Amino acid sequence: MSDDHGHGDKPFLAHHFEDEDHQFDSGKLGIWAFLVTEVLFFSGLFCAYAIYRAMHPEVFTYAARSLDTTWGAINTGVLIFSSLTAAWAVRNAQLGQKKMLCANLAITILCAFGFMGIKYKEYSHKFHLGLYPGNDYAPLEGAFGDDPKAAAVSLDVATAVEDLAAQAEAEHAEDAAHAAGEHAGDDHGHALVSWDDPNLDIETKNQLKTFFGIYYCMTGLHGIHVVIGIFLLLWLLTRAMRGHFTPTYYGPIDYAALYWHLVDLIWIYLFPLLYLIN
Amino acid sequence: MTQADIAPSQVQGRPVQHLEKNYINHSSGIASWLLTLDHKRIGLMYLMGISLSFFLGGLFALGIRLELFAPGMQFMDAETYNKVFTLHGAVMVFLFIIPGIPAALGNVVLPLMLGAKDVAFPRLNLGSFYLWLSGAAFFIYTLFTEQLDTGWTFYTPYSSSYSNTAVISATFGVFMLGFSSIFTGLNFLVTIHKMRPPGMTWHKLPLFLWGMYGTAVMQLLATPVLGITLLLLVMETTLGIGIFDPKKGGDPVLYQHFFWFYSHPAVYIMILPAMAVISEIIATFSRKHIFGYKMIAYSSVSIALLSFLVWGHHMFVSSESTLATLIFSAITFTIAIPSAIKVFNWLATLYKGSVSMDTPMLYALEFIWLFTIGGLTGLFLGVLSTDVMLHDTYFVVAHFHYVMVGGTLFAFFAALHYWWPKMTGKMYSEAMGRAASVIAFLGFNLAFFPQFIMGSRGMPRRYADYKPEFELYHQLSTAGTLVLGVGIALIAYNLIRSIFSGAKAPANPWGSATIEWECPSPPPHHNFDHPPLATDPYDMERVEWDEEVKGYVPVVGRRAPVAH
Repeated sequence: MSDDHGHGDKPFLAHHFEDEDHQFDSGKLGIWAFLVTEVLFFSGLFCAYAIYRAMHPEVFTYAARSLDTTWGAINTGVLIFSSLTAAWAVRNAQLGQKKMLCANLAITILCAFGFMGIKYKEYSHKFHLGLYPGNDYAPLEGAFGDDPKAAAVSLDVATAVEDLAAQAEAEHAEDAAHAAGEHAGDDHGHALVSWDDPNLDIETKNQLKTFFGIYYCMTGLHGIHVVIGIFLLLWLLTRAMRGHFTPTYYGPIDYAALYWHLVDLIWIYLFPLLYLIN
Repeated sequence: MTQADIAPSQVQGRPVQHLEKNYINHSSGIASWLLTLDHKRIGLMYLMGISLSFFLGGLFALGIRLELFAPGMQFMDAETYNKVFTLHGAVMVFLFIIPGIPAALGNVVLPLMLGAKDVAFPRLNLGSFYLWLSGAAFFIYTLFTEQLDTGWTFYTPYSSSYSNTAVISATFGVFMLGFSSIFTGLNFLVTIHKMRPPGMTWHKLPLFLWGMYGTAVMQLLATPVLGITLLLLVMETTLGIGIFDPKKGGDPVLYQHFFWFYSHPAVYIMILPAMAVISEIIATFSRKHIFGYKMIAYSSVSIALLSFLVWGHHMFVSSESTLATLIFSAITFTIAIPSAIKVFNWLATLYKGSVSMDTPMLYALEFIWLFTIGGLTGLFLGVLSTDVMLHDTYFVVAHFHYVMVGGTLFAFFAALHYWWPKMTGKMYSEAMGRAASVIAFLGFNLAFFPQFIMGSRGMPRRYADYKPEFELYHQLSTAGTLVLGVGIALIAYNLIRSIFSGAKAPANPWGSATIEWECPSPPPHHNFDHPPLATDPYDMERVEWDEEVKGYVPVVGRRAPVAH
């Protein structure tokens, strides 16, 4: 191509930069700006989560029981460990340790695959139970665990009626208020919705799917970012094996590691918000 | 790099005005354009793309105005009308106005103004262009399937549950255009931070770059929220996750909050680059240092920051609490301050300047006129009591057309005529340029001023039919649209003709003191051999008219020619 991008003896220094430092600093500012964009991209989902949960606290605490905390915790560990190897890879690149760089990148990629594997296992488990997002939601018996005692979750009748009445669809509000009213039996003015009660009307029961809508959106978008990270790291691994990175040129490793830390960080927020609210 | 690519600083006492090999002809073949990393070529490709989009959006506008020429339905049914006004808005906003000044003209000019060889990330820049192109492709696809009838705002629950049109493909299109905009903003932000030439401190940054900087901040911080909102909308439409659906436990007003959290800053993404252009042109054609440089610069940044705090003023009647409406109304008025600072400083720059009425200046003066009307009528809509009455009437339509068309479009024309000689190396016909400008200005006012009147008398927006009492206003408006169309056709003819038969442009035809005028017209492939030394960008004494080159040349001895 006639576009002459390169400085002869420095094959990866683009023509419009003065030197390696200039190029590195520009890239670093660029990736930080991009990460800010990413945070705002996810912020919409976190905001939606907060509003949804404030509107339906009892739904969230109950439905979250269907998530497997153990697998979630293992995945958290896997991602934190991969963040360590990503940071280590940056150090290797700075010191020109080609073998260690390749090894650390490879471990990071393996961890990412491990994370996606566990995620796949979790998703398919939920699909088997009929816990689909949105319209296809059709949970099987016992999808939320077998312990009926834990199934009773406190629900403030007054708040529930108020919340629901504010919604546009009056008929549904009536149904739900009616359903809540049926269980308003005890003396403290509080009612217990027994979500596992087979007699519970279907409208009330279907409210549980609001949780799965936001669960699949948040973990799904995060999963897409992990997959993008895998491609990014694979590309860098091939470049590292060809010896492209030197102590004066290691920008791409640094930028990818920063991206990977952000993906890790978002999961560190997702894990407690989704798995540990029960 | 051959010798011809290099711009020598001085030859025979005068700077080089033209070069044999420039960025347009230094290589040829379709691939040398489609795969180029040169910011100037990418800018030109953007310019062609957005011009076609503008033409398409204009056709829809014409359809709306012809349909409304008389009460009753003329040549389309109400469903078609809904689609036509939706596509007019969506195409104009997402495909034309938002990328208009930054991506097309900014791409060409911004690195030149910095004396840089390119933007910081040339590959990302080309990627942005292809994202724009993919977004446009989705829109074309939408046109050839069921079209779109939701209004450009995609309000739920209509868009997610009831509309039978191609909401999903249009949404994906906007999603891609959004990321195109984010990457352009990111590129410009880093370029302005890291690629400034020696001597260009933040307070010697040309005001165009201050405006682009504020725009970049908004593009980076607001557009991702639109992205996630549209993804949620797609999830809602396809899977029915219920986030915006009250039947399923969601809240449709949440969509409006998310949408306007982006789209209010987006309004300033449209107008800040326009203001930035005007600051350059007013100073250049007054042959005078810009008045209140720092105030104009800081007002750009403060507009960018305040723009994030006023989204609620689009929702005064959408079940907002009284307290929230009061706060949003108050902050809305605050934005009037930096906007007015700019206008007053432009007027002060004109005062006692030696003003020359060249085509770009004519557009700039028209901009001040139109933007002032658009801005002041915005105050009516920011007041809670009057907004309740004026909400969703033609008053709102007229207001935002005065700002977005009268403001941004006229500034776009100003910028196009200002930098045309630099981009193409050709001079257009000055007489025809001025005539077209005045025709467009008169047509625009005739088209939109009557809309203020009918709006305040209760004509609702987005209606396909109306009561006979509004007929006169609608007919004036349609007539004005046709006049505006003639003006725009004349602009297009004049500019395209100049490419084939225009005189060769000198390096600095207008006498501006910013750096982009120091390289030949059109610039060589690598812009500058060495980064030029930057001084005060508004020191107009630095250049003087030279009869022989028919342009301005640096005053000898006034400054060091080139830094090594």
